[in-house]
Amino acid sequence: MTRSTVSGAAAASRSRRSRALGRLVFLGPGLTYLIVLLLIPLALVLSYTLFRRGRFGGVVYEATGENFTRLFDPLYLDVILGSLRLATIATVIALLVGYPTAYLIAMLPRKWKTVALVAIVLPFWTNFLVRIYAWIVLLSGPGLVNSTLGELGLGPFEFLYNQGTIVTGLVYSYLPLMVLPLYAAIEKLDPQLREASANLGARPARTFVSVTLPLTLPGVVTGCLFVFVPSFGNFIIPELLGGGRSIMVGNLIRDQFLKARDWPFGSTLALALIAVLVVLLLLQAWSARRA
Amino acid sequence: MRRPRLLYVPFWATYLFLYAPIAVLVFMSFNSGDSPYSFEGFSLKWYGELAGNAEIRHGLVNTLVVALGATVLATVLGTLLAVGMARHSRSKLLDAVSVLPAVLPDLVLAIGLLVFYGMIKMTLGLHSVLLAHTVFGMAFVAAVVRTRLTHADTSLEEASRDLGAGPVTTFLRITLPQLAPGIAAGALLAFTLSVDEFVIAFFTAAPTEPTLPIVIYSMVRFGVTPEINALATLLLAVSFTVVIVAQRMTRLTESLS
Amino acid sequence: MLQITGVSRRFGDVTALADVSLEIRQGEFFALLGPSGCGKTTLLRILAGFESPDSGAVTLDGEDLLGRPAHRRPVNLMFQSYALFPHMTVARNVAYGLEREKLPKAEVRSRVAEVLEKVGLSAMAGRRPQQLSGGQRQRVALARAIVKRPRLLLLDEPLSALDKKVRAEMQLELKRLQHEVGITFVVVTHDQEEAMSLADRIAVFSAGRVEQVDAPVALYERPRTPFVAGFVGANNIFSGRACSVGLASDGLGVLPGSSDLPDGTPALLAVRPERLRLDGGRDGEGVLKGEVADVSFYGGVSHVSVAVPGRAEPVLAATQGATPIRAGAQVNLSWAAGDGVLVPQ
Repeated sequence: MTRSTVSGAAAASRSRRSRALGRLVFLGPGLTYLIVLLLIPLALVLSYTLFRRGRFGGVVYEATGENFTRLFDPLYLDVILGSLRLATIATVIALLVGYPTAYLIAMLPRKWKTVALVAIVLPFWTNFLVRIYAWIVLLSGPGLVNSTLGELGLGPFEFLYNQGTIVTGLVYSYLPLMVLPLYAAIEKLDPQLREASANLGARPARTFVSVTLPLTLPGVVTGCLFVFVPSFGNFIIPELLGGGRSIMVGNLIRDQFLKARDWPFGSTLALALIAVLVVLLLLQAWSARRA
Repeated sequence: MRRPRLLYVPFWATYLFLYAPIAVLVFMSFNSGDSPYSFEGFSLKWYGELAGNAEIRHGLVNTLVVALGATVLATVLGTLLAVGMARHSRSKLLDAVSVLPAVLPDLVLAIGLLVFYGMIKMTLGLHSVLLAHTVFGMAFVAAVVRTRLTHADTSLEEASRDLGAGPVTTFLRITLPQLAPGIAAGALLAFTLSVDEFVIAFFTAAPTEPTLPIVIYSMVRFGVTPEINALATLLLAVSFTVVIVAQRMTRLTESLS
Repeated sequence: MLQITGVSRRFGDVTALADVSLEIRQGEFFALLGPSGCGKTTLLRILAGFESPDSGAVTLDGEDLLGRPAHRRPVNLMFQSYALFPHMTVARNVAYGLEREKLPKAEVRSRVAEVLEKVGLSAMAGRRPQQLSGGQRQRVALARAIVKRPRLLLLDEPLSALDKKVRAEMQLELKRLQHEVGITFVVVTHDQEEAMSLADRIAVFSAGRVEQVDAPVALYERPRTPFVAGFVGANNIFSGRACSVGLASDGLGVLPGSSDLPDGTPALLAVRPERLRLDGGRDGEGVLKGEVADVSFYGGVSHVSVAVPGRAEPVLAATQGATPIRAGAQVNLSWAAGDGVLVPQ
């Protein structure tokens, strides 16, 4: 009796040791890497928001709240609100275009479904800058659209370098990220629910509003998040298609780090970016729980 | 349920929108004229110019070095992390941290690493990009491998332990082979993302060692040349091939299993 | 009255329905019975408006049904999966169809309360479908369909998702409700017991065709096609040619049966297991002789399978209660001529 208890305890301690070893071997390297190259850098950025800028870049470790008050300077506030606006417009357009597309893909026969999905994803796997560049070729002063219009006796128009082009670029770049979660949500929906709705006397529009849309809402929220987040923090598209002025918060952050050398204020802008993101993630978690 | 006819309008509009710019780009890359805009005649001249462009070659080599290095590192670390999270941990916090690089805006990670490298006084070069790309590569590898692990049959590992194999033998002989397709998919993802990555590289690369996206960026920024059309077409061809081959392969493995 | 005339539907090179005609009377409980893939579900979906036939006509009380879209038909369907809206409460699910009719709120509320009372779910009105048991969900689905007071209620495999005990309860409940509301019920099922116990009349489907339409007892006792003889209930089937006293079988001599088929017509003879008489002993008088291969006891009845020389499958006999006969015993099998049904082949 006693002996077996002792050996049981020994076995338990051995298995505890082997479990601790397992954790160390499997979790140790990756976790260390993430702490050093992800968490510490993020913590640095967060802490910089509380300090003053150095005279030649860098930081002076002297606590201040002025970075945060500067956020509300109309000069910067306008840029932040403007970015929110552009990202929101891009998200809404992507949703309006993406939903019917995803809906139709979900209803295609199996074989065509795969083809249609791959065709949606393909452009996304091609170089981001190349895709933006394609729009410059298409829309610039002597570009294809203008030369075509010219043959018709119209133009030339200045298509590039305005907010509309930025939105076009954002939608173009992130539309696949809208379609995929929407497709997943619509595909999962039991088609009999739509039939049941029709059977109970609902016109197609009513079925969409009362059944299809509420049941695919988690996909809608995820898709919007996937488009909004990279749009909001983008600085390449506003720079290449928007004419290089500091139009969006991403350009502002880039400039603070690479031009103005004001790291504390750049960090504070980045914090604002993260704050918006966290709010959206919470919203998504909430909508997923409700469904 | 019937497919509403009206939906075909936004459906085809979407594909037109996605592919028209790409098609124009590919078409213009075969232009014999000097203008990137107006087509004069068919020629492969710009592909020749491209081959002779030292800057692009340099960027391409840099990109491949970074992508290969980051992929190897990310695959090893990400796989271990995935197994650790699935089998040795129930920490929600760890789960959140492991997906953080994938959801964090790239710009935030970029400035974080820039600040961090500055603080430890590390000189920037290819290694700094490689280390940075490993961060998000690892997150994607871990996510892909972990999905596969949760679908994998744990009783196989238990059977191995029951037959007297230790944890290391079990991992190498049982777990790893089961995970191989997931690891391959994760590695491919990490590689593709690294090749394509611009923002983080832009912040963490030394000015003398630009990656290919940085070279493209400066070319686009400082004026449009038809060489970019040719380069873009080649990149498109590579990406399309990789995606289609990957798609075929997954379909093949799906049909086998 | 529901009149289905010459309805056909093909999917690629599969014929789901081939020239189907049926007349279903007002207030009738009608069953479409057949194995899976026989076209019965396609017919149901055509009635509901989710499919269109390639040809044929369907009228309800003389009005054309096919020209109307699904949401404008006075026909409601209880789905096999129930198709309850997961994001709505029980009460909202039931109210959904009434709200589409733009009825005053007070009337919607009172009719929902009334129908929930009728199916015994008043206490569950505020719950979501996911919080209900299978039987409760089925009642909600039924309530949601009948609250619209349709002229025709379609039920797709209404009992298949329920376990045995709940099934028996729901069976009674469906019949009771049908009497109460007086709506025409058309139920689709592959389960002959379900069809027999529920329906006033049954249409047996096979490969897109209607094989026979009859009341359950007639269908059971007088199958008119080989398919019905084989599909409905267990049957012992012998093949041969019709003769004056029954069937001149292939290899087993003349077997007793009754028919008005001309002599010499190729035919099948079907005998129900419970109509067979078993006598022990070697020298009794019997139509067939054989050796008992197996005896299974099912509580109320026992099934005795008898290996008869000259026949590949065993002959099945059913006896009331337990039987003293054991495997290996020699037995004589016999039946009255009136119990042998001849079916032209």
